[in-house]
Amino acid sequence: MQPSIAIAAPAAPRPVAAADPKVKSSIRNLNFYYGHLQALKNITMDIYEHAVTALIGPSGCGKSTLLRCFNRMHDLTPHTRYEGEIRLYPDDVNIVSPDVDPIEVRMRISMVFQKPNPFPKSIYENVAYGLRVRGIKSRSELDGRVEAALRGAALWEEVKDRLDEPGTALSGGQQQRLCIARALATDPEIILFDEPTSALDPIATASIEDLIISMSGNVTVVIVTHNMQQAARVSNYTAFMYLGELVEYGPTNELFTRPRQQRTSDYLTGRFG
Amino acid sequence: MASTTRSLIRPRVHHRDLRERIVEAILFTCAASAVAITTAIVVVLLVESAGFFERVSIVDFLTDTMWTPLFAEARYGILPLLCGTVLAAGVALIVAVPLGLMVALYLSEFAPVKVRETIKPFLELLEGVPTVVYGYFALLFVTPLLRNFIPDLPGFNVLSPGIVIGIMIVPYVASVSEDAMRAVPNSLREASYACGATRLQTTLRVVVPAATSGIVAAFMLGIARATGETMVVAIAAGQQPNLTLDPREPAATITAYIVQVALGDLPHGSIGYQSIFAAGLVLLVITLLFNVLAHLLRMRFREAY
Amino acid sequence: MASLSPPVTVTRAAAGIDELRLNVARRRRWDIVFAAVGLLATSVGVITLLALFVDLLLDGYHRLTPEFFLSYPSRRADQAGILSAWVGTCLVMLVTAAVGVPLSVCAGVYLEEYAPRNWVTALIEINVSNLAAVPSIVYGLLALGLFVYALNFGQSILSAGLTLALMIMPIIVVATREAIRAIPHTIREAAYAVGATRWQVTRDHVLPYAIPGIATGVIIGLARAIGETAPLVTIGALTFIAYLPDPPFTSTPPFVSFDWLWSGFTVLPIQMFNWVSRPGTAFHANAAAAGIVIVVLTLVMNGFAIWLRYRLRQRITW
Repeated sequence: MQPSIAIAAPAAPRPVAAADPKVKSSIRNLNFYYGHLQALKNITMDIYEHAVTALIGPSGCGKSTLLRCFNRMHDLTPHTRYEGEIRLYPDDVNIVSPDVDPIEVRMRISMVFQKPNPFPKSIYENVAYGLRVRGIKSRSELDGRVEAALRGAALWEEVKDRLDEPGTALSGGQQQRLCIARALATDPEIILFDEPTSALDPIATASIEDLIISMSGNVTVVIVTHNMQQAARVSNYTAFMYLGELVEYGPTNELFTRPRQQRTSDYLTGRFG
Repeated sequence: MASTTRSLIRPRVHHRDLRERIVEAILFTCAASAVAITTAIVVVLLVESAGFFERVSIVDFLTDTMWTPLFAEARYGILPLLCGTVLAAGVALIVAVPLGLMVALYLSEFAPVKVRETIKPFLELLEGVPTVVYGYFALLFVTPLLRNFIPDLPGFNVLSPGIVIGIMIVPYVASVSEDAMRAVPNSLREASYACGATRLQTTLRVVVPAATSGIVAAFMLGIARATGETMVVAIAAGQQPNLTLDPREPAATITAYIVQVALGDLPHGSIGYQSIFAAGLVLLVITLLFNVLAHLLRMRFREAY
Repeated sequence: MASLSPPVTVTRAAAGIDELRLNVARRRRWDIVFAAVGLLATSVGVITLLALFVDLLLDGYHRLTPEFFLSYPSRRADQAGILSAWVGTCLVMLVTAAVGVPLSVCAGVYLEEYAPRNWVTALIEINVSNLAAVPSIVYGLLALGLFVYALNFGQSILSAGLTLALMIMPIIVVATREAIRAIPHTIREAAYAVGATRWQVTRDHVLPYAIPGIATGVIIGLARAIGETAPLVTIGALTFIAYLPDPPFTSTPPFVSFDWLWSGFTVLPIQMFNWVSRPGTAFHANAAAAGIVIVVLTLVMNGFAIWLRYRLRQRITW
């Protein structure tokens, strides 16, 4: 029995890692509202740097809503409101504060979506998009970073000879890796994945999962998944959410083998959700 | 027992069946009248034009640079009328393309819901104003206004009605382009914002390229509208055929010529009477051409999404 | 214990963040500029509408006296009026509505409720959308060749009304189809389930629910017809009419008369066109006054239709 998980509260568990991991972002008393509907209730948790954190729970539990708070995607929908804080380190800025420009947040935290959504542009331009909107025009810098991002997304070898072809012509799995390359290209501090394999076949899913595992250690990843096995395979930490609340949060192997909350074990054993 | 029930129902079913068939036949006839009207348009234009082309060679019609049906030595070259039409439509497009595009971009991507809901009814009202009123506006408001900038502008000119037609078709061009922009899937906008793009960057780099064929289709439909527009040019552009590319000069369009002839008293069957059908045929071909182009572009656009 | 205290390590230089913020601020500026230009472009339409209306009012409102509505056109501008024009508009609209509305609504009902998916239907649909694209003056040429001469209706109210009825057909067909399409299938199925025939379902369920939507299209179509000038000029509307057609109602049985159908006519927009084409500000004032009448008429109709549609959208309860 680990002494570090003596606390029963879901907030801020201790990781199992030997060295004390750095906190990349801490969520403090976060509430989120769609109009009058409260979708997130008083969430408090830490996201650890260079680790993969999975958000699981039955559909409608608020896991995607929480993920979208991180890069302020909700700002695109009218009548939404954040309360509380998501602090991003090292500069300790509250990224859900109305004073912070969502564009600034999105430049630091990028996102990969449920369905592959490449732009109807060439493979090269898809990856270079985030760099171009920042105003980077130097061809050599773009070339270098596009190649690095495509290598990072394990796509380079497959597409290096046809960078001018449209991104939409790739297969589903390749499209999703292209979207990962697009998210990687801007060297983000955190990458958000919103059920990235739900539209893919098993082989493509495996390749995306391998990619996410290989990313940990270099970049902070937060991933929403409806697939518990996927969370177990790719993540270092897992948070279980239910009805807009954070029920339990801890190192993945502990949460899966020794859940402390009844609702967590019910969900893991398939009694609901 | 069973047989009596059946005999009660059967005559009613039969009666019903007959009524159903009659109703369906009536409804079908109404719908099929659309085909009949189109056919009638084509037949009337072709028959009367055929009479015209018996007297005027098609080569002369298409190449002669003079249109003087009322002169003793009448000449029927469509080029001056075509030129006036193209000129008026060109001026209209120079106004309507940027304005319509900006309005569509603004309403589709920038305007808050409340602003959009307030402005759109006004644009629809603008579409509902009768063209004869726009003609008055062009002749007696816009032309005097333009004289402040171009002092020697004649009272009749192509510039003023061109501008007015342009403003007139802005709501149409804007609403068709806006439809195209709204058809761009939101997932692409989200992807762009997630890369840290601003609203303008998302609009110009993602939405517009993705909607290009739909937007171009809107311009084509705008051209078709501007080409077929009649009263504004008939009132404000003068009705003198003029082979010129200077919009400050007066010129007659195909439509204005038809109005001019119809106002006079040309006897049925005369060459002047037939000439308006030949002119109308050219007009129909031009507008249908642009409409077909627009249709093809929109089909391509719909296939993409 | 839980590490609630924020870590103190600062790996990324603060300068990086400042640079980022400058970058965002620079790009944000263009957003604001573009939004302002967009709003400006959008308001050009609204400003034009206002300018047009104010211009008409200033030029013509002093002519809007009761006599103006009760006088025939005249060689003397200050004695001219729009009596024959507005009576003509009313009578032409009567024909247009009586022919155009049932024809178009039936066509819409057929295409939406009855039409099988085959090449005939496809042909009809292509033709309806083509007709919407045909310039109005071409309808005038059709009417001139077909109604005026081939069918020998002459340059009459009947010819005019039929021309406009054909012209507004696509508008009403499209509106009818949209209104019908918005009715959920469950309602039809419920009616079929109790043994109703297709026509009974259409008449008792589909049409009543679709009426507000159809009405929107009908009003917009008629407003378009009221303002339309070109096709009526083409079929030879007269511009100087100092008499009224025979009244449609008589004091002797059978109390209705259709002689007016064959009468020559003028309508409001043609009267306005005639006045605006004459030199001299006196007649231009008459044109402006007639313009006010037309604009008010069409704007009220269009405004009502837009309002009706807005109400419809608010009230979606399916």
